[in-house]
Amino acid sequence: MKILVAVKRVIDYNVQVRVKEDKTGVVTENVKMSTNPPDDNAIEEAVKIKEAGKAKEVVAITVGEEKAQETLRKALAVGADKGIHVKINNTIEPLAVSKILKKIVEKEKPDLVFMGKQAIDDDCNQTGQMLAALLNWPQATFASKIVVKDKSLEVTREVDEGLETLEVNIPAIVTCDLRLNEPRYASLPNIMKAKKKPLEQITAEELGVDTKQRIQQIKVEEPPKRKGGIKVASVAELVQKLKNEAKVI
Amino acid sequence: MSVLLIAEHDNKELKPFTLNAITAATQIDKELHVLVIGNKADGVAKSISQVPNVKKVIHVDNEIYENYLAENFTSVIIKYAENHSHLLCSANTFGKNLMPRVAALLDTSQVSDIIKVISPDTFLRPIYAGNAFATIKTNDQKKCITIRPTSFDPAPTSGGSAEIVKGEAAEAFSLSKFVKREEVKSDRPELGTARVVISGGRGMQKAENFKLITAIADKLNAAVGASRAAVDAGYISNDHQVGQTGKVVVPDLYIAVGISGAIQHLAGMKESKVIVAINKDGEAPIFSIADYGLEADLFEALPQFLDELNKLNTIQK
Repeated sequence: MKILVAVKRVIDYNVQVRVKEDKTGVVTENVKMSTNPPDDNAIEEAVKIKEAGKAKEVVAITVGEEKAQETLRKALAVGADKGIHVKINNTIEPLAVSKILKKIVEKEKPDLVFMGKQAIDDDCNQTGQMLAALLNWPQATFASKIVVKDKSLEVTREVDEGLETLEVNIPAIVTCDLRLNEPRYASLPNIMKAKKKPLEQITAEELGVDTKQRIQQIKVEEPPKRKGGIKVASVAELVQKLKNEAKVI
Repeated sequence: MSVLLIAEHDNKELKPFTLNAITAATQIDKELHVLVIGNKADGVAKSISQVPNVKKVIHVDNEIYENYLAENFTSVIIKYAENHSHLLCSANTFGKNLMPRVAALLDTSQVSDIIKVISPDTFLRPIYAGNAFATIKTNDQKKCITIRPTSFDPAPTSGGSAEIVKGEAAEAFSLSKFVKREEVKSDRPELGTARVVISGGRGMQKAENFKLITAIADKLNAAVGASRAAVDAGYISNDHQVGQTGKVVVPDLYIAVGISGAIQHLAGMKESKVIVAINKDGEAPIFSIADYGLEADLFEALPQFLDELNKLNTIQK
C-alpha cells in the first residue's frame, strides 16, 4: 500500500500574527514558519502504518513557493520516503490545490491520501473533502483513530456530538485531527539522511491546473480590539460584578 | 434566484445551529429554501416550515440518509443546486465535512466560516484563528458558503408556514459505510456551544486539581476547557483544548484560571463576550484582554468562588 500525505507550510502556531498596514494580508516576512500542525499528525499516522508493515511507501506532497520544501524535508526526516513539491508563486485556493492533488494521485496511484483537517492560516477546511469529491473516493474527516483493515479503513471521527465511526473502502481520503497521534520529532541523523531522499519538483502549469483565484481578498484587518478591563480586589467583588454589571451569572 | 440552506438534524429534531444559519441566509437573499435530507424526518421538515422567512422546504426522505454521510448528501444537493444562487450550511463538523464535497463538484471555490454578510457576494470571515478578519468577494456564479453559527442570532421557531415539497433521493454511495456514533454523555454542555466556559492552565499544577474547576463548572452549567500547556502536561485530555490548534469558543462568559495567555490560547477564546482571568502573576498577558482580572492564588480563589456562587444560589440551566 502507498500513502500520499499532503503538508502545508504555514506561519508557526506560536507566532503572533500581524496584519499588514496596507491591509493586503498578514506579515510573513521574517516570521517563523512550520508545518501546519494537523499535517504533522497526518505524516505521523502514515509512517506508523508503514512501520506496522501495512504500507510500503509514504510520499509527502506540498503545494507552495520554493521554501515550502522545508515542510517536505521535515516529513522526510520523520519517515516519508519521497517528496513532491508542486511549485506555485501565487496565493492558491483549496479548490485549485485539490485539482493539483488529483493530478498527483493519478500519477502516483496511492491507496490512501492523508492530510490535516484544516490549515491554521486560511482556516478553510476544504482540501481533503474537495479531493475526495473530485476522485469520487470516500472521505473520513477529523480522524482521531484509524484502523487499517484488508480493503478498508475504520475511522473514528471527532464530530460535534462526540465520536462517529465510518468504514471507508480503500482508496480513501482521511483528514487528521490533532488527537490522532503524537507526532515524533526528527532526530539529527534522520534530518541528515532526509537530505539524500528523493524530492521531485513540478509546477502547477506543467500539471495543467488553472490556479487562478476565484475569491478576491478585498482587505485584511485586525479584529476589533477588546477594550481594557479592570482588576478586581477579591473573589466577592468578582462575583458581584459578574452578576450585577456583566449579568452573565 | 434563491438560496438553498442544508438543514442539520438527527431525523427527529432540527439541530439549533440551523436556526442561526437561517438568519445569515435571509441576509443574503429573502427567497430562502431549506433542504431537509433524512430518513423519516417529516417532523423536522414541519418544524422548519414554521420558521418565519423560510419560503419553501424541500424534503428528501430515504433510508440511505439515516446517518448523514456526506457522500450520500452530496449527490442530492447537486441535484437541487441548479435553481439556487447560493448553497449554505453551518460551519460545524456537519457543514465542514459536507460543503467542500459539494463545492468541488460544482467547480466553486467555497467561502468557509463567514461571520458577517456584507452583500450577496461579499463576506467577512476570520483567518489565522480569528487573529485577522478578511473581507472577501466571491466571483463564482454559484456560491457555496458555510456560516459560523455563533456569529448570527437564531431565527424564531414559529410564525411561518412555508410549503413543504417532496424531493427525490439520489443514488447511494456504496464505498462508505456508517458504523456507529458515540455521543458524549456529559452532564455538562459541549465546549463549542456552552454559554459559560471555565478553563484551566499550567497553573493547575496537576490533574486532580482540575476538580476545583469542574466543581465550578457544575455550579455554572459550564463546559470545561484547558490551555495547550495543561493538555501537554497531561492534566486533562486534549478534547478540552481551547486555542488555535484546539477548539475556538465564543461563550457569554469565559473564565481563564492559571492560564498565562499564550497567543495560541487567546486565538481560541478572545471573542468571548465577557472574559475573567484568575492568575497570581499580575503581569500575565491574559489580563490585557480580560474584562475582570483577579490577581490571586487560584487554590485560594477557586474555593472562594464556589462559596460565593453557592451564596447566590443561581444554578443556570
